[in-house]
Amino acid sequence: MKLASTLTRKFHYIFLCIFSGQVFSEASKYNMPHGVTEVSESIFELHMLIMWVCVGIGVVVFGIMFWSLWKYRKSSGAVAAKFDDHFGLEISWTILVAVILVLIAIPSTIVLIQTYDDTEGDINIMVTGYQWKWQYKYLEDDISFFSNLATSQEEIDNQLAKGEYYLREVDEPLVIPINKRIRFLITGNDVIHSWWVPDFAVKQDAVPGFINTAWTNVPEPGIYRGACTELCGLGHAFMPIVVRAVEQEEYDSWVAEKIAFAEQERLLNYKVWTREELVQRGEGVYAKNCIACHQTNGQGLPPVFPALDGSNIVMNDKTRNIEILMEGVRGAAMQSFANQLSEVDIASVITYTRRSWGNNKNGDGEIVEPKEIVDYKNRVEL
Amino acid sequence: MSTIVETHEDHGHHGPAKGLTRWLFTTNHKDIGTLYLWFSFLMLFIGGAMAMVVRAELFEPGLQIIQPEFFNQMTTNHGLIMVFGVIMPAFVGLANWMIPMQIGAPDMALPRLNNLSFWLLPMAFTILLSTLFMEPGGPNFGWTFYAPLSTTYAPDTVTFFIFSIHIMGASSILGSINIITTILNMRAPGLTLMKMPLFCWSWLITAYLLIAVMPVLAGTVTMMLMDIHFGTSFFNAAGGGDPILFQHIFWFFGHPEVYIMILPAFGIVSHVISTFSRKPIFGYSSMVYALTSIAILSFVVWAHHMFTVGMPLAGELFFMYSTMLIAIPTGVKVFNWVATMFKGSISFETPMLFAIAFVALFTIGGFSGLMLTIVPADFQYHDTYFVVAHFHYVLVPGSLFGIFAGVYYWIPKWTGNMYDETLGKLHFWLSFISVNLTFFPMHFVGLAGMPRRYPDYALQFADFNAMASVGAFIFGFSQLLLLFIVIKSIRTGKKASSEVWEDAKGRGLEWTLESPPPYHSFTIQPEVK
Repeated sequence: MKLASTLTRKFHYIFLCIFSGQVFSEASKYNMPHGVTEVSESIFELHMLIMWVCVGIGVVVFGIMFWSLWKYRKSSGAVAAKFDDHFGLEISWTILVAVILVLIAIPSTIVLIQTYDDTEGDINIMVTGYQWKWQYKYLEDDISFFSNLATSQEEIDNQLAKGEYYLREVDEPLVIPINKRIRFLITGNDVIHSWWVPDFAVKQDAVPGFINTAWTNVPEPGIYRGACTELCGLGHAFMPIVVRAVEQEEYDSWVAEKIAFAEQERLLNYKVWTREELVQRGEGVYAKNCIACHQTNGQGLPPVFPALDGSNIVMNDKTRNIEILMEGVRGAAMQSFANQLSEVDIASVITYTRRSWGNNKNGDGEIVEPKEIVDYKNRVEL
Repeated sequence: MSTIVETHEDHGHHGPAKGLTRWLFTTNHKDIGTLYLWFSFLMLFIGGAMAMVVRAELFEPGLQIIQPEFFNQMTTNHGLIMVFGVIMPAFVGLANWMIPMQIGAPDMALPRLNNLSFWLLPMAFTILLSTLFMEPGGPNFGWTFYAPLSTTYAPDTVTFFIFSIHIMGASSILGSINIITTILNMRAPGLTLMKMPLFCWSWLITAYLLIAVMPVLAGTVTMMLMDIHFGTSFFNAAGGGDPILFQHIFWFFGHPEVYIMILPAFGIVSHVISTFSRKPIFGYSSMVYALTSIAILSFVVWAHHMFTVGMPLAGELFFMYSTMLIAIPTGVKVFNWVATMFKGSISFETPMLFAIAFVALFTIGGFSGLMLTIVPADFQYHDTYFVVAHFHYVLVPGSLFGIFAGVYYWIPKWTGNMYDETLGKLHFWLSFISVNLTFFPMHFVGLAGMPRRYPDYALQFADFNAMASVGAFIFGFSQLLLLFIVIKSIRTGKKASSEVWEDAKGRGLEWTLESPPPYHSFTIQPEVK
């Protein structure tokens, strides 16, 4: 590592004189970010090292080539030489390339070994990729939640001005304490996703059925943004990652709050809900989970994503409606929401779709109580 | 034998048949070469139009023109068409035209097979493209079609996609068998392997690569077919399979495939640089050894496409080192091209311009390739626009410019007419400027964090994306100029001599034939000393 950084610094020094410092500023528009962790900094230096090696080789090779093109142009009366090989030259440049490669391979190997460490973390978080959102499960604290895109559909459709963090904001970020070893256990629920936070230099594929590990140790509080980097279907660009790194005390109080909130949510299942309450809550759930496919107006994007407005199931078949939400639809894009949404949320979103658009007028307009979802779950488990 | 030849010649029906049947039933290497080249040209415009749709959508943030679902179909089909429908058929077309003429043969060794291997292609692509008009749309899982997105979660049309890949594979394998047989058996007396033109060498090696890996691709898609329709679980963890197995098999095909798409261009560029430097190619034997080593190494580097799937450390190191080794033979080739220009007498006709641009820009693609090799750095580069920039640099100003160089270099031989040099140069400069305008900014957005295959993106990537879109449209429309130049050269133009280029006679047997060459190229075998 020492070698890589020394070499890189030397290169920096030389080329900073030529190019403006802009290129190296943080969060550059042109270059890889330094990031905030030790690993991300080593990787940045490695990247700059190899880039300057390439630039150096390029300058020499292209220099000779363009000089030859100019010097030996026929229009200036150049006469072609006859030689067609030179053993010494050919051997030397082969060896030269090999030597350069070895010099690059050494720091690369050192940094790679530094990143490979799958021992337990102080905090272990299970990261699961879904079409198209992330689920974070804190293994020690029994906290689990989904993180959805917070950018509104209107911004995406150019009906509203785009905010500063367009497509880089979520409703509920991952929260981690600083200066702790955080280990991520990464997997996928449906297709392969990839969890990437550039500032941590962590990118790991989320493969259904397998668990990959990655780790980080963030020294500075802050908000760090990332993205899904493995094509996972139509919502691939719409499942960003936001990590909030905070001081230990703030983290502890966040954990306590989350646990209390979960308890509160559980109690909601036993409350008797009015139609208006369900519809109101359902509207929020729908906006977060359903509009990417079924659209705000309930028209869907047929034929892949059917319309809910005017659908016979949504209007008149409550039993099947619940079943679809709980089991998904085999062979179609519709997934099971049984483990993604709370009972209250499932009940309210079904109620919302049954009471919205023209469905209230043309269908039976029946509502679904959270208890019915709890019952369904109990029945299926039996 | 000689008596047969004589009686044959007496009939005097050596010209092509008339009308449509000439093209449907032809067994002539030039006619089939022409078919391949026109087919690939047509596909270039179809695949290019898809790229235009993609770039139009990416011109600014937000969803303007198309929805993500259609965007994914466009990127997927653009990739599949450019790989299997443009670059590969164009190289086979050039091989058909030039190999018999370069080795002093009358035709390809297996003419009827040749006809079959071409006519399979339009079938395959008709099937593939027809899926775009079906419900619920064509393949949308990327040209690398990773499972389970391409199996459990794929649209029903995936079955048509699998079938069309099978047909393309069969076409490639048959074509390769033909090329190998021709090169090994039909060389003129005295034309030993180590005297053979580099284009033939590059194709001989490419053909072996194709025969080795096309069946692997066929196996991959067959396993997909079984998973989708017959309840197997090759790529499904829930049934004991492994989605990563798909990637291993795919890239075992895929990496040799990327060399299949570049080696013939190496051959073409070597000829062009030598001819317009008026000097023999520097380091002929090291060129041959370099081609061979690249081909052999291509079988042991596949997992460098998969550094983030969760491989053990030893695996990452092995694939990093083996990939770095490829820089050695590739470097040797670049040095040899530069050394060929050194102390030459260089003129700058259109083929030479494309060849020079090839050397410079392919090398830039090689540099970003070397950067991608470095595993820790690849954690940041992987699946971003940096990768998109990398492979477009080696495929567009690499393979495609290689093909353009070949077309301009040989078209006077094919048609008997010189192409329009002024328009050719215009075509070059438009292509050269716009290709860099399109793909260079992609390095920046990639490094700054924009993942690939995104229909919409964050605001800080907007400037470079707009730039790339403008470049892409200029590049796309510039290719209409090439169409015009080719048609013009077929119909009219200054008559080309048999050697076409100054002192070309010594640079290959094709320049000893008149322009255009006789229907059965060499009816009398030439002697090579």
